[in-house]
Amino acid sequence: MIAPATREFRFADGAAARRHAVFVSTSPREPWISPRTVLSLARKELRDSLRNRWFVTYTAAFAVLAIGLAYLSRVGTAMSGFAGFGATAASLVNLVLLIVPLMALTIGAASIAPERERGTLAYLLAQPIGRTELFLAKFVGLAGALVGSLAVGFGLSALTLARGADPRQVRLFLTLVVLAMLLALAMLSVGMLISVLARRSAAATGAAIMAWLVIVFVGDLGLMGSAVLFRLRASSLLLASLANPAQCFKIAVIGSYDPTLDLLGPAGLYASNTFGATGLPVVLIGCLAAWVVLPLVLAAACFGRRPL
Amino acid sequence: MNAMIQIDQVRKRFGRARVLDGVSFDVLAGQSIALWGSNGAGKTTLIRCLLGLIDFEGSIRVAGLDVRREGKRVRRLLGYVPQELAFYDDFRVIEAARYIARIRGADAGDCEPGLQSLGLLDHARKRVRELSGGMKQRLALAVALLNDPPVLVLDEPTSNLDSAGRGSLMELLVGLKAAGKTILFISHRPEEVRGLADRVLTLESGRVVTDVATTRLHLAGDALAADRLDQFDEVFSTDALEDRLEQVAIVSGHGIRRFA
Repeated sequence: MIAPATREFRFADGAAARRHAVFVSTSPREPWISPRTVLSLARKELRDSLRNRWFVTYTAAFAVLAIGLAYLSRVGTAMSGFAGFGATAASLVNLVLLIVPLMALTIGAASIAPERERGTLAYLLAQPIGRTELFLAKFVGLAGALVGSLAVGFGLSALTLARGADPRQVRLFLTLVVLAMLLALAMLSVGMLISVLARRSAAATGAAIMAWLVIVFVGDLGLMGSAVLFRLRASSLLLASLANPAQCFKIAVIGSYDPTLDLLGPAGLYASNTFGATGLPVVLIGCLAAWVVLPLVLAAACFGRRPL
Repeated sequence: MNAMIQIDQVRKRFGRARVLDGVSFDVLAGQSIALWGSNGAGKTTLIRCLLGLIDFEGSIRVAGLDVRREGKRVRRLLGYVPQELAFYDDFRVIEAARYIARIRGADAGDCEPGLQSLGLLDHARKRVRELSGGMKQRLALAVALLNDPPVLVLDEPTSNLDSAGRGSLMELLVGLKAAGKTILFISHRPEEVRGLADRVLTLESGRVVTDVATTRLHLAGDALAADRLDQFDEVFSTDALEDRLEQVAIVSGHGIRRFA
């Protein structure tokens, strides 16, 4: 610790020397994670997301499509008597599967790599903040932006359908909203992992789009193809589905409408029989939560070790 | 010994390349040290180690605190001015100052006086991207000083500035040194070294090869020079001198530009 001013201090005046000596010797131990710092940094991430034209475009596209689906569903309700929320929710599943992973993966991929490339990351980390704090703040800020964006889309869609809604359908619609948000957080974690590992910003974006293709399209088609080609057993098919967050989301939403999972064929029946009507949602939500936590922890560990 | 910065046997490799090879020196409180040397000598890497941006072997302590174990606490004692301010260009100047103030644990109310003291208050509503190079460096210095840190770390702070900008920034830095700040800076400009530093450390291939008091040196054109070999005998470390006697003899005729 620095001793009080001595002859070796070449300060212009003794007061300055003493002030610094006191400052050094009394500065408190820093907490590993300071909530105040994390919130300050997270607010900036939220603000940046709201100014990001891609993010705004995704949000607008999701909101417009969700309202469009709600409107069409409402017209259908008037004509055929189908429940508005239920029909809209079913249509929204595909919309969510298409847009939400793309949105979350790309903003996650843009979280670290571009800042590393521009040098802003090094400048920020030269300030009195920890890497874990910065990483956590980025996740919190971006998660807030994503959840807000989905809330806008789903909220506008719900407003279109609000009149005369059946409470059970509303509950199912809310289940869809929560599961979509969980899927968004899982994809955000994967996107941030990609961003930490990528050397360049363009590589991070490319890898994020590739991950989206694999998770949304190749995962689905691959699963169907593998089932046919290799005559996969129902248990293997279920395991393969649980390994894909998009599939977990889809099964969980369908399960909330029809707990027997008849729609999903033998694998659905196997899942329903194995875990039961109450166990399956827990398993699926657990898998989605694992997709949020594991890539995030891995990304944080890599971020803490990689040189800038 | 009242060392504000203690650098002890710092080593750093990037793959096979050895960038820092046992660098050791102390900086006393209130002292100003210039790091001098050619590109690739390891100066910026040393500063990145000091800031905790990269891992290294050896030990760096600031005010007795270990950089690796208490990085956040150390960085609170350091005000860092990079070669070129890499900051969020769409921030307004006052927003940038408030953002860094929050991170540095400074009072947001200090931002406006801080900007004023560096002549930036009239530009507070401008976006960072609209500032000239000189104003950006002033902003970097303003935010580095927000929590009144005892140590300033400057990585070629004037390299992107014109002559007027350089002069004005140097004037500010000389004032800060007079106010008691400990300063560690990189420069390639002899007049800056003469004007601001108490000692000049020359790095070559990741090693400190000379440690010279600036009072022993004078400007010789665009180089720093000592008149006689015996002056170098006094001011160069003896180990370096033994290893490099022939080169030092050459250097004595051409100033330490030989190492730059």
